[in-house]
Amino acid sequence: MTFSTTWLWRLVIAVPLAVFVVWALVDNARLFVVTTMNGITLAALYFLVASGFTLVFGLLRNVNLAHGSLYLLGAYVGWVVGDHTGSWFLAVATGFASAALVGLVLQTAVFRFMQGQDLRQTMVTIGLSIVLADIMLWIFGGEIYQFDPPSAIYGGTPLPIVTRYPTYRLVLLATAIVIGVALWFFLNRTRVGMMIRAGVDDRGMLAASGVNVQMVFAITFAIGAGLAGFAGVVGGTALSIAPGEDTRYLLASLVVVIVGGMGSVVGAALGALLIGVAEQMGLAYLPHYGIVVTFVIMALVLAFRPQGILGRPS
Amino acid sequence: MQTIKGRLLGTLVGVTVAAFATSASAQDTIKVGLLATLEGPFAAGGQDGMRGAELAIKEKGGAIAGKKIVLLKASSDARPDVAVNATRKLVEQDKVQIMVGPLSGSEGIAVKDYSKSQPGVTFINGSSGAQATTLVNPSPNFFRFNTEGAQWMFGLGEYAFKDKGYKKMALIAEDYAFPYSQVQGFMVGYCKAGGKVTHKAWVPLGGKDYSSVIAKLPTDVDALLVVLGGSDAVNFLTQYEQAGGDKPMVGGSITVDQTVLNFKGKRRESLLGTPAAGPIADSYDGADWKKFVASYKETFKDGFPTPSLFAYVYYLNMRAAMEGLEAVKGDLSDGQKKYREVLAKLVLKSPTGEVKLDENRQAIGTTFITEVAKTADGQFYNKVVKAIPAVDQRLGMSKAEFDKMGLGSRDVPNCP
Amino acid sequence: MSAAQWRKAMNFSGARDWSGGRVTAPATPLRRAGAAPEAAPSTAMPSVAAALGSIRLRHVVVLAAVLIYPWVATPFFAFQIGGQSLALGLIALSLTFLAGYGGMVSLAQMTVAGIAGYMVAIFGASSVDQISLGWPWWLAVLIALVAATLVATFIGWLSVRTEGIYTIMITLAIGMAFFYLAQQNYAVFNGFQGFQKVAAPVLFGIDWHDAIPFYHLALFWALAGYFFVKYLARAPFGIALQGVRDNARRMSALGYNVTRLRIAAYAVAGFIAAIGGVLMVWYNALITPGSVGTSWLINILIIAVLGGMRHPIGAFIGAIVFVLLQNFAIDLVDRERFNLVIGLVFLVIVLFSPDGLLGWWAHLRRWSGGAGRQARLTGRKST
Repeated sequence: MTFSTTWLWRLVIAVPLAVFVVWALVDNARLFVVTTMNGITLAALYFLVASGFTLVFGLLRNVNLAHGSLYLLGAYVGWVVGDHTGSWFLAVATGFASAALVGLVLQTAVFRFMQGQDLRQTMVTIGLSIVLADIMLWIFGGEIYQFDPPSAIYGGTPLPIVTRYPTYRLVLLATAIVIGVALWFFLNRTRVGMMIRAGVDDRGMLAASGVNVQMVFAITFAIGAGLAGFAGVVGGTALSIAPGEDTRYLLASLVVVIVGGMGSVVGAALGALLIGVAEQMGLAYLPHYGIVVTFVIMALVLAFRPQGILGRPS
Repeated sequence: MQTIKGRLLGTLVGVTVAAFATSASAQDTIKVGLLATLEGPFAAGGQDGMRGAELAIKEKGGAIAGKKIVLLKASSDARPDVAVNATRKLVEQDKVQIMVGPLSGSEGIAVKDYSKSQPGVTFINGSSGAQATTLVNPSPNFFRFNTEGAQWMFGLGEYAFKDKGYKKMALIAEDYAFPYSQVQGFMVGYCKAGGKVTHKAWVPLGGKDYSSVIAKLPTDVDALLVVLGGSDAVNFLTQYEQAGGDKPMVGGSITVDQTVLNFKGKRRESLLGTPAAGPIADSYDGADWKKFVASYKETFKDGFPTPSLFAYVYYLNMRAAMEGLEAVKGDLSDGQKKYREVLAKLVLKSPTGEVKLDENRQAIGTTFITEVAKTADGQFYNKVVKAIPAVDQRLGMSKAEFDKMGLGSRDVPNCP
Repeated sequence: MSAAQWRKAMNFSGARDWSGGRVTAPATPLRRAGAAPEAAPSTAMPSVAAALGSIRLRHVVVLAAVLIYPWVATPFFAFQIGGQSLALGLIALSLTFLAGYGGMVSLAQMTVAGIAGYMVAIFGASSVDQISLGWPWWLAVLIALVAATLVATFIGWLSVRTEGIYTIMITLAIGMAFFYLAQQNYAVFNGFQGFQKVAAPVLFGIDWHDAIPFYHLALFWALAGYFFVKYLARAPFGIALQGVRDNARRMSALGYNVTRLRIAAYAVAGFIAAIGGVLMVWYNALITPGSVGTSWLINILIIAVLGGMRHPIGAFIGAIVFVLLQNFAIDLVDRERFNLVIGLVFLVIVLFSPDGLLGWWAHLRRWSGGAGRQARLTGRKST
């Protein structure tokens, strides 16, 4: 795109947005600020879920459609542990660990033998998601499960303009930022992270330079799955766990990653922000079609920038 | 691999044989089909519904007039096409003579439409509570012995206005047919008494994040009418409390029923005192009700602490099926004509009062106004405040009046 | 040049099929009965004589069985098992065509079928008088087919900008978008309730919703779809599409417009799915958002993979097995766990036989046959 068309596009997007923001602030400032904060905190949750998905996809080229099931698995296992020990932090840790373990097993026992067969891997993940969802329904039933976090992070916080805001959502935002920074650090400042980034660029060269590629893959899948399980406990504390959550978060991850760019963690953050805020704005200002807004954004991104906002053209 | 393939082949062969064989209905059994939602979000309710139906059969000793009741179960997942397929299998393949089910509203309408093509089988409802099932194109062989969504809320509107003093309310409900009917049942009485519902927030199905909805709630209302079910209700209550909301609430029939009061977590203290209405109340002190609860607890050690709405409603319908069979001494030979006549005139002495059918074969029954309370050992239950007998599907209005108002929808009824 | 010569020139040994497995021979080798391999006619279009000549006894037997079936089976088996399998098979066929021959796995085929169904309900007669226009059924069906094909083209246009596995994600997301739209919109789609009483027409005194007429209607369209796909696979369009599947860059270098070919494939698949959608809405006599929700989107994929994507018959085999499992798994296993059964079956198929049941059948034939059979088979089974 030439310089002038780029600026034309930016204007086309920015001007209506600015008009909307000004109108919303004038109309009901509290609602607008709350909705924006809701959007950002929801984006934090979406980022946590989508980061694992995009990590696995970026390196392993594996569209892991069982990602939502891993979310739910981590949530349930974490709940059981939290219920028995009474410690929410232990629940979070177990959520991460259990999902990571399952991810490790999947990569080493199943996906390793399907190298290069991307569609087949995806089919396997679809089958796994169906099987896992039913097993979890069998074991845990259809009831609602809620976590019991320490009251320090649960409850309301007094804030300017919005009067009171759920503390936990702020904790969620903080957690996402911490995880995001940690992930960035891991990918950009450690040896393993360097190997992962190299593998994303050129898998063949990585193997040729003597790195144990299978181990890198296994670690990556474990981390990606573990992030899903972690998000399961953390998100489940905010929004309870029940059958059906797996599909919902899988879909959210898909949309976030498509919009933000596949294989890019920063893209996942950006996509999550866009989708989270759009969803909440839609719910607040267009109540009947709020959910459709996110898909419209996705369709528009696909139409004009198929690789996602920060993705690399394949 | 071979074993799976062999098994599949074996099934194929067996099923092919079954396709060609004509099934002879044994003279000394009566086949009854039972359909409930055993998958997805209503799975817990569906399981309990089946327990209720089984209890009704067990009470009759599993046999009527010497004929054994053979119960054939099927599962759906709250989708109408799956429900019709499952029903069709039970009716046409397994040759059930009486069909009890389904669980959810839209399934009920689809099964009712299907029942018109099977005049030789009697269809009795499970727990589906859509108004349209019996008000719009009713089927001559579809019977519903439970009251439906709008009837369940009748009288709560008046109670909220007069007894609780809520003059202005805001509504949060899910955006589909069942909450529409619940809201209609509430607002018919509430608007007539002089109340105003100034804000209606119809939340899309499956949405779990209510923060924006909560942010838009007006602050000048006296109470909130919350018609959400299952995990949505739990999420809303938690988020509302955390956002600093402190308005009292009025609940719908599944907002504070057993499946929600039983959720595994410690966040339910905020529910105490919430009024609601429905076809059952855990603490009702009727002798028959106490007997029913005791019998449920004894038979099902793995069930809920007290029977849920689904268990009770399935129990009602199956019991009506059984009592009808008793009255005709198990004789369904004349195309079930006598059986249906008996059913249409049946006066069911249910644990919660008398149940009769109107001209559309829809139940006229009792509605309870309840409030959430806690027993001495910390268990939550719904305390009975008032019992309103003989609530009909037109909510006390004449046919002309009701037809003018129409079925519940996003904008019907309206009193801003 | 003939298709066979062209394929040889393209050097297929480096090609991969839809699941990433290697292709060792052309997907649909042209078999001319009695003709020597080198003397293949120069036109790529199969002649009617050649097609008729390739009919074997087993084809006749199967066709006869399938025609007589509804008269020997119970109405339930004819309608719920037979009719539903054929209609679902048709929708799965569209996916088999798109994925097997085009290399694009789209999870939005059921969406296209659902849109056709919705259009039939909206333009025809249903229980929702405020929305349904009540136009004659043939007009409603025509509009449905056109609308659905247009939507399929649009979906193709959106999805074609991305490659391979991304298509699954994107089409899933598009499918879900339509689901939520249909669920939330009451003005056009009647939201959660959907449309009931969408009746099949009564023509020539026959109610086409009855078991035997519906079965034959579905059979007619299933056969039409099957032969259409078989024909298309050998026609220049189909060959070019398979070329795009195997190596898009080469095709582009040869001067083919890859994007246009792909979008055309989506349109064709959409048309087939639309017919299946009309049949399904008549079968169910209703359409709701649940008919186009996640489970159905994935079920179509399961059906196509189950049967095998290497040949159009796979879609129907998969549909029959799926429908049988759905109806009778409940009798074999604990009634609540049949989702688990279907998931496990699918998993087993994908892990051990990505070519589905057809792949197993081919394996079986190779083992049971002798060396002679081995020589005749080209390594990939096809009828």
